[in-house]
Amino acid sequence: MIKKEKIYKYLFASLAFASLVFLVGITIVLFKEGLPIFKEVGFFEFLGGKYWYPTYEPADFGILPLVLGSFAVTGGALFICVPLGVGSALYINEIASQRQKTILKPLIEILAGVPSIVYGFFGMVVVAPFLQKALGLPVGQTAFTGSLMLGIMATPTVCSISEDALSFVPKSFRYASFATGANRWQTLTKVIIPSAGSGISTAIILGMSRAVGETMTVLMVTGGAAVIPHTLFQPVRTMTATIAAEMGETVLGSSHYHALFAIGLILFFITLVFNIIAELISRRFRIKLGLGR
Amino acid sequence: MDNNIRIEVKDVNFYYGKKSALQNVSMDIKKNKITAIIGPSGCGKSTLIRLFNRMNELIPNTKMEGTINLDGENIYSSKIDVVEVRRQIGMVFQKPNPFPKSIFENVAYGLRVNGIKDKKYIREKVEKSLKNAAIWEEVKNRLFDNALGLSGGQQQRLCIARALAVEPEVLLMDEPCSALDPTSTRKIEELVLDLKKKYTIVIVTHNMQQAARIADYTAFFMMGDLIEYDITDKIFTKPSKKVTEDYITGRFG
Ligand SMILES: Nc1ncnc2c1ncn2[C@@H]1O[C@H](COP(=O)(O)OP(=O)(O)O)[C@@H](O)[C@H]1O
Ligand SMILES: [Mg+2]
Repeated sequence: MIKKEKIYKYLFASLAFASLVFLVGITIVLFKEGLPIFKEVGFFEFLGGKYWYPTYEPADFGILPLVLGSFAVTGGALFICVPLGVGSALYINEIASQRQKTILKPLIEILAGVPSIVYGFFGMVVVAPFLQKALGLPVGQTAFTGSLMLGIMATPTVCSISEDALSFVPKSFRYASFATGANRWQTLTKVIIPSAGSGISTAIILGMSRAVGETMTVLMVTGGAAVIPHTLFQPVRTMTATIAAEMGETVLGSSHYHALFAIGLILFFITLVFNIIAELISRRFRIKLGLGR
Repeated sequence: MDNNIRIEVKDVNFYYGKKSALQNVSMDIKKNKITAIIGPSGCGKSTLIRLFNRMNELIPNTKMEGTINLDGENIYSSKIDVVEVRRQIGMVFQKPNPFPKSIFENVAYGLRVNGIKDKKYIREKVEKSLKNAAIWEEVKNRLFDNALGLSGGQQQRLCIARALAVEPEVLLMDEPCSALDPTSTRKIEELVLDLKKKYTIVIVTHNMQQAARIADYTAFFMMGDLIEYDITDKIFTKPSKKVTEDYITGRFG
């Protein structure tokens, strides 16, 4: 008996350990392959450089257009997924009947799992041509198209986590509010939403980190021009799309190759920071509601 | 109409779905008195007092029959604004449930949702309510700290202050001490005795000594029936029904 327990213990311990090893391994590779570029280009020159011409002679490795491309697409996506996601979470939690709830919740979780290539394909063949026509643009593949697709894509994530946060708000808060003579709207805006506020922020940040890291969709719908965007209605190229598009063509160990890894490294830090912020906020949230750590 | 009656319960039945929780309950709650509701758990005590401020309406699939009058007016009449009823009848719950807001904002909440904007008035009202709830001295230097940092007993008195701030006529308390230690319980009991000068109080309690200590009237319920309702002394010394006697002497429950 005891022996069996020990086997399980070691089995699970090694599995847990393995995932840690992978994470550390990935980090080491990112650093090892990414850092050499900074011997050629200074860190700030890399981050702030306005030109990304990796295959020219001499090459330019400035990722500012890519960073701005990522931010434009992600920022635009936020404007779509926050109202949609939080709004639908409020609907499910506050207004939907029990029956609607049992249908809607799993449906949204399924939507969150739809592969990004599906969104990308839909965006490319339906949304982009439609936007091009409707807005009279020279091309349909723009930052806005990317924002729209990413926003729709991140909505289920934002909705699902926000809904969890709302359902964590103890019923007793609601009763206390009604008992002092508040109506439904006041209870919602003055008690429920503020109590779930940090949970909702966590949802938004996680949705954002999904949008920043998304590759397939943006590659297919944003047009891929590595220039600094001036409006949302022009083609852009994000950091992820750059890596995905160019990694196959680059020579192993070349400057271009190292530069792509360095972009990966920076992305890694951006998503890490998002996730740490989300974790900190959600920890504060649990303390605030007295749910312990 | 008897001027000393604040709440009049007439032939009330209540159902959760098909399950009956109260049958044929009629009773008068007297003005400026403390009325205790006792009985074994599940007998419908909470259900009854939630009827007084129409909180049962928040539970889906429920049905209420009969009338409940507050100062002679049927609170279940379609002309009545439920928000107004809840403003007139404050409630304190079994588990202290302050909002995750500051102490000040907890008490100010009822004022704000009732449309009061005058800052000076709100400040004075918050202070007065905290004083009435006998917690002012303990919190006056930390009004803007989060209320969840208070002890259980303090939180419960804060909830009383929150209920008092909107100047209700009736205060409903559902086992307000069941989650508290003896010292805090003692404080709340003293407070309740003091509050009856201005308010009509209905208190559900599981603790018979508590009912005997503070209540003027006591109602004993069993399985949704009002078994006996009388002056507290009478209930505890010369109950007219055998079941009441069995219950208060601790033979069951
Ligand atoms: N929300 C509810 N849904 C269904 N049944 C309930 C609900 N609340 C109470 N009941 C039932 O109604 C009866 C009375 O409950 P309650 O009023 O809470 O009793 P008490 O407060 O005296 O313990 C119990 O049988 C209980 O199971
Ligand atoms: Mg109860």
